[in-house]
Amino acid sequence: MTPTLRVQEPGLLTTVQDLGRPNAISSGVPPGGAMDRFAHSAANLLVGNDVGHATLECTLTGPHLVAERACLVAVTGADLEPRINGEPVPMWTSFFLAAGDRLTFGTRTTGARAYIAVAGAFEADRWLGSVSTNLMAARGGFHGRSLKSGDVLTNAWEPRKPAVSGRGLVEHQRPGYDDHTLHVIAGPHAKRLSPEHRSLLFSAPYKVSRDADRMGYRLEGPQLVTSGDELLSFGLVAGAVQVPPNGQPILLMADHHTAGGYPVVATVVSASLPIAAQLLPGDDLRLVEVKVERARQMRKALESALESLRTF
Amino acid sequence: MKIPPARTGHRLRIQPLGDTALLAELGTRLDTALNTRAIALAAALKKRRDVRQAVAGYASVTVHFDPDLATHDSLAAAIKRLAAKHPPMAEPGRLHRIPVTYDGPDIEAVSTRLGLSPEKIVELHTRPIYRAFLVGFVPGWAYLGPLAEELALPRRDAPRTQVPAGSVAIANRQTGIYPLPTPGGWHLIGRTKVKLFLPDSDPPCLFRAGDRIKFFSSQG
Repeated sequence: MTPTLRVQEPGLLTTVQDLGRPNAISSGVPPGGAMDRFAHSAANLLVGNDVGHATLECTLTGPHLVAERACLVAVTGADLEPRINGEPVPMWTSFFLAAGDRLTFGTRTTGARAYIAVAGAFEADRWLGSVSTNLMAARGGFHGRSLKSGDVLTNAWEPRKPAVSGRGLVEHQRPGYDDHTLHVIAGPHAKRLSPEHRSLLFSAPYKVSRDADRMGYRLEGPQLVTSGDELLSFGLVAGAVQVPPNGQPILLMADHHTAGGYPVVATVVSASLPIAAQLLPGDDLRLVEVKVERARQMRKALESALESLRTF
Repeated sequence: MKIPPARTGHRLRIQPLGDTALLAELGTRLDTALNTRAIALAAALKKRRDVRQAVAGYASVTVHFDPDLATHDSLAAAIKRLAAKHPPMAEPGRLHRIPVTYDGPDIEAVSTRLGLSPEKIVELHTRPIYRAFLVGFVPGWAYLGPLAEELALPRRDAPRTQVPAGSVAIANRQTGIYPLPTPGGWHLIGRTKVKLFLPDSDPPCLFRAGDRIKFFSSQG
């Protein structure tokens, strides 16, 4: 395949991601994949790819990329001020790059992670059923590592659908990234909290600590005390809110440990995970309890937003 | 969503883990029979179209499901039916024999705390055939046990920030081998050259849940 994009500057942490490797969980390998699955999927659909194709996840500062040939791209997720040849371009909208065009990023205005998709997707290493990058194992994605200056990205295939630029997703169809309310369903061990601590968990402000990465976020806020015997280790999921003995909750994210024995007092619903993925150390958040039916409605709203991008 | 006890007499608790997963707890004891049932239940659930992934814990199964095909309630009913059945006769897990050099940095401290000689520790650690109860936490890690009661110690107060790969460790009634250099709070009693995490194999780990592990001293 011919080169598509050349990496002039990689940004802080830019990795190839897809929807992860759920089948590897039983080997202790984190499921991985894009932290913000909505933004990742939307970027792919905007350029005519399938939701499971490879995108670039760009953390806090975007890369500087040069088009080696004409291609259709889209940028979604955090607003890191994308520009073509210095001119701002809208996010959540597909646009063409001509050979030689520079796609760069300015200053972050909102969120933590932006996603870049290119029509025809990125060629990447497949490991245990997924091209998402696992940095610990140095497998998957772009040779198992984050991008570096001088890397050359190639298309996985020639775009299969006719390229259409200017496709977009209007604001009300996107997750409300500015509202840091994470909706949660009470966890299997919520009863280990006293009624007072349970209402604290679901009402008090928490803050993302400095200890926050793709594995998870340690939260700062009211200390929670759980009662009962030590639990036997069990399988964990992204979005689970664990309470370790020090009482400061941990929110598990895409590269989470696959098993553990701390009580899980709440789980962030799938429709709120994109919002969690865009949080930064120092950001305030609230955990608000919802029932399964409300979580289903929220998930359906995001699914139909993505569905609207398939009908072009 | 509480489910009455299954016929086998164990208490089955099924509760949501968010909107697309649930946790089915078969019991609360470290018990080979419970673990066998958990592994069998996970295998049966994996065959269902509405189940994306089922992962056995010590005495539980975490089920990731397709929310367009199943609800917590429909899946809980299916789990209740499956758990009430007699599990199929479990095949004995594969047997791994693991050579260990018992010169870990904690062997003397463990010896002092337990009042056992290092030779006795080796004898007690190499005597049983352990079961891999659960593969997880980090790639290739397996929780092995049960460890002899005489060797039971709580975890170290201060975990090490870096434990070398291949370290053989004990804590409470469990033992294990660190597959990768990671932080760790267990007592390091030895080391092995056997590779636990095999990134270019599928599955990428040596041990699978239900396997049997026998340690022997490579010093003879």
